[in-house]
Amino acid sequence: MSQGRSPILELNQITKAFGGVEALRGVDFALHAGEIHGLVGENGAGKSTLMKIIAGVHPEFSGRFVLDGKETRFRSTRDAHAAGIGMVHQELSVAPDLTVAENVFLGSQPTNRLGFVQWRQMAREAGEQLSRFGIDVDPMTRLGDLPIGLQQLIEIARVLFSGARIIILDEPTSALSPPEVERLFTTLHKLRDDGTSIVFISHFIEDILRVSDVVTVFRNGRKIAETASADTTKGALIEAMIGRGGEALEHSYTDDLMLPQPGGGSTVLKVDQLSLRRSLQNVSFAARAGEVLGIYGFMGCGQLELSRILFGKLRPDGGTLVVDGAAKTFRSTAAARRAGVALVPESRRAMLFHQEPVYKNISISILERISALLLKPVRERAIAQRQVEQLQIRPPVVGLDLGMLSGGNQQKVALAKWLTYPPRLLVLCEPTRGMDVGAKNDVINIVRDLRAKGLAIIVLSTEPETVLSLADRILVLKRGAVVREFAGEAVSKDRLLEAA
Amino acid sequence: MASSDSATSPADHKRPRGLAPFLRSQMRNIAPFLTLIFLSGFFAIASPSFATIDNLGNILTQVSVTGIIAVGLTFVILCAEIDLSIASIANVTGIAVAYFTLQESYVNIANIPMPGFAAILLALALCALLGLVNALGLTIIGIPSFIMTLAMMQIAAGVSALLVRGQIAYKVPPLITTLGSGSIGGIPWIVIVAAVMLLGGHLVLTYTRFGRYVYMVGGNREAAEFAGLNVKLILGSVMVISAVCSGIGGMLGVAHFGSAQQNEFDTYLLDSIAAVVVGGTSLFGGRGGIGNTIVGLFVLGVLNNGLDHVNIDSFLKILIRGLILLAALVINVYAQRLREQAAE
Ligand SMILES: Nc1ncnc2c1ncn2[C@@H]1O[C@H](COP(=O)(O)OP(=O)(O)OP(=O)(O)O)[C@@H](O)[C@H]1O
Ligand SMILES: [Mg+2]
Repeated sequence: MSQGRSPILELNQITKAFGGVEALRGVDFALHAGEIHGLVGENGAGKSTLMKIIAGVHPEFSGRFVLDGKETRFRSTRDAHAAGIGMVHQELSVAPDLTVAENVFLGSQPTNRLGFVQWRQMAREAGEQLSRFGIDVDPMTRLGDLPIGLQQLIEIARVLFSGARIIILDEPTSALSPPEVERLFTTLHKLRDDGTSIVFISHFIEDILRVSDVVTVFRNGRKIAETASADTTKGALIEAMIGRGGEALEHSYTDDLMLPQPGGGSTVLKVDQLSLRRSLQNVSFAARAGEVLGIYGFMGCGQLELSRILFGKLRPDGGTLVVDGAAKTFRSTAAARRAGVALVPESRRAMLFHQEPVYKNISISILERISALLLKPVRERAIAQRQVEQLQIRPPVVGLDLGMLSGGNQQKVALAKWLTYPPRLLVLCEPTRGMDVGAKNDVINIVRDLRAKGLAIIVLSTEPETVLSLADRILVLKRGAVVREFAGEAVSKDRLLEAA
Repeated sequence: MASSDSATSPADHKRPRGLAPFLRSQMRNIAPFLTLIFLSGFFAIASPSFATIDNLGNILTQVSVTGIIAVGLTFVILCAEIDLSIASIANVTGIAVAYFTLQESYVNIANIPMPGFAAILLALALCALLGLVNALGLTIIGIPSFIMTLAMMQIAAGVSALLVRGQIAYKVPPLITTLGSGSIGGIPWIVIVAAVMLLGGHLVLTYTRFGRYVYMVGGNREAAEFAGLNVKLILGSVMVISAVCSGIGGMLGVAHFGSAQQNEFDTYLLDSIAAVVVGGTSLFGGRGGIGNTIVGLFVLGVLNNGLDHVNIDSFLKILIRGLILLAALVINVYAQRLREQAAE
């Protein structure tokens, strides 16, 4: 394919360490014009770090960086931008307080001769770009008011249409619904055919195989393999990623799966006729001890709102919540926590303290239990250490600032904070988003463990695989209403998609 | 190319160890300290009367009232809120404690004299109540603290005006007189009170669960809520703490100045905010603390006092103070950015 030609971007022997943590060790990487290059690897393998080097986020590293045949070094993201490199970061990096239009043009607003921003032109062009990408929103709405998936789409659109010739997408699909993913792939193929080079990082191996021409596998800061996508399989890639047989972890859920007969666990949560303005309509269901209830639906189906109501962050317009037999109207998240409800939301930014060490992130929800007035740092660290080991969070150092962990490991920290004193009802939004195959498996095992301990667990996800791999019973939510329940019967990815 | 970047063993997981990143992440603490050393050095050279033990005592006394008020304000700013009513609340509390004390016959105020301890308790209750109103406005109604405390600034000034009606009161309870203007073993009581309150604030912020919550709410309010913290309770508490600290500062201030009257504390609003911010506590919340505030107080104290020792147009002094404050704000915002980069 691209073998004969010389690459437009070539990295040689790249090594990068953060203090004592070696994130990259002598990595070679080449990108050709008109190629989609897939990148896979476990959490913390160094994928994002390499991409951040290319995008000028990390100016300090050792090794050779050759762009267009010339050795170069970016001092900042601005340099990279000027060289035609655009990146969508794993963490949303939009400005929630600006309008959609401003976000689309972030840093390059059209101005008139006097330097004033040309609002009307900007809104019109933003609207056109977004609708080309199938997004239909008023460009003048505040971005933060939109659902997170839509924010992600807008950020992707911004980079795709910025005119960059090298585009890096770090786990761009984690919050997208299947049709949106399709649209993204079509656009990527079109851009590639026009000569743009694209790097695509994902933990969805099938997506990688479908969309990319070449795949590179990372493990532990090293490049393990690079092959043409056509010449490899999911199993082979997983094996390369984790360094052992991948068959056990490979499961595509295309075949029917038999859900167990509903058990006789006591009812922990009963939701009756819940409604919230335009988001939820008369939603009723029950969650039982020792059972995982999956709630599946496309983005915007009301899942997020539902989870917020269960945790006292949103107040419903109508309907009742009964927890352990007592009717509840939660006035605050603190009240919900005291009633034994715990929530792990889908957005890492919203649930973690990036500037604080890992142990403070883990102990925050249980401080009340371990200290009356004075803090007990030793105890706190010990508890955090135990969780870090149990969940195999890497690096296993509780004193490290959370921002220094890789995305998937941060996700585990978010879960860890509820595990020391398990709640009665655990609500998980997108619990495996951004996790590698191995870590997903870890989460599945943790959830099964908790279920065995008698917790009632609700898993909300827009990924059919997540729900199928975890749930004993599945509700399908569509435009704020429960449209289907799968219990004690056969279910598959297709059946779920069909119902939603 | 940073060679220190790659020369470390993989087994050793520590914080970034290079000196440059460390300094960058510590910018917020280092810059105010350097400013303090620089200013002290400058004035020591410029004026022989500056660097003396006596003058150190002066500086300490001069920053005491600001220090007491700044303790509570530090809590508020750590939560990424602001309290603009501190000076007015200090003023009204100082006036209230005089209002409940028997004045000399020539003072023409229709006041309500009562025993000293009752006067103090009533004054404290008043400032706590005003703080509570701030708290309720912020948390229950959802008025931004900037606006809410702006209104409170006016309300407290109004109550002051009604109590003294343009008159001046002189007497406060003996305990307040002692703490405000007395001294023990040559050390003014007011310095001791300020030191104790600063220490207390530091202990609360560093070693208690509440202190941890203050930092967490300031660091990421949404995450704090998702962790099941009662964010409103914490925000409300810091507003009350701030008002009570201001009230104490006001009572002692009145004793220190020797009189209670309208608009007596006006300069303390800016001074207290400046002390906290110049010290390096982040305006975005979650970073900083009483240690920073103490350094900020000294920077301000040295600056105000030092300018008196050198021959400078007293009107120019105001401008200089403004410029120093601006520089500190720039550093404050810049330090935040550097820290974020260091964490990248
Ligand atoms: N700013 C930083 N400071 C310190 N360590 C860091 C920093 N960024 C990344 N690391 C470390 O470098 C390693 C590689 O992280 P990176 O983010 O590149 O992983 P990743 O392959 O993108 O993983 P994920 O799939 O979880 O996103 C991890 O061990 C991580 O803890
Ligand atoms: Mg990553």
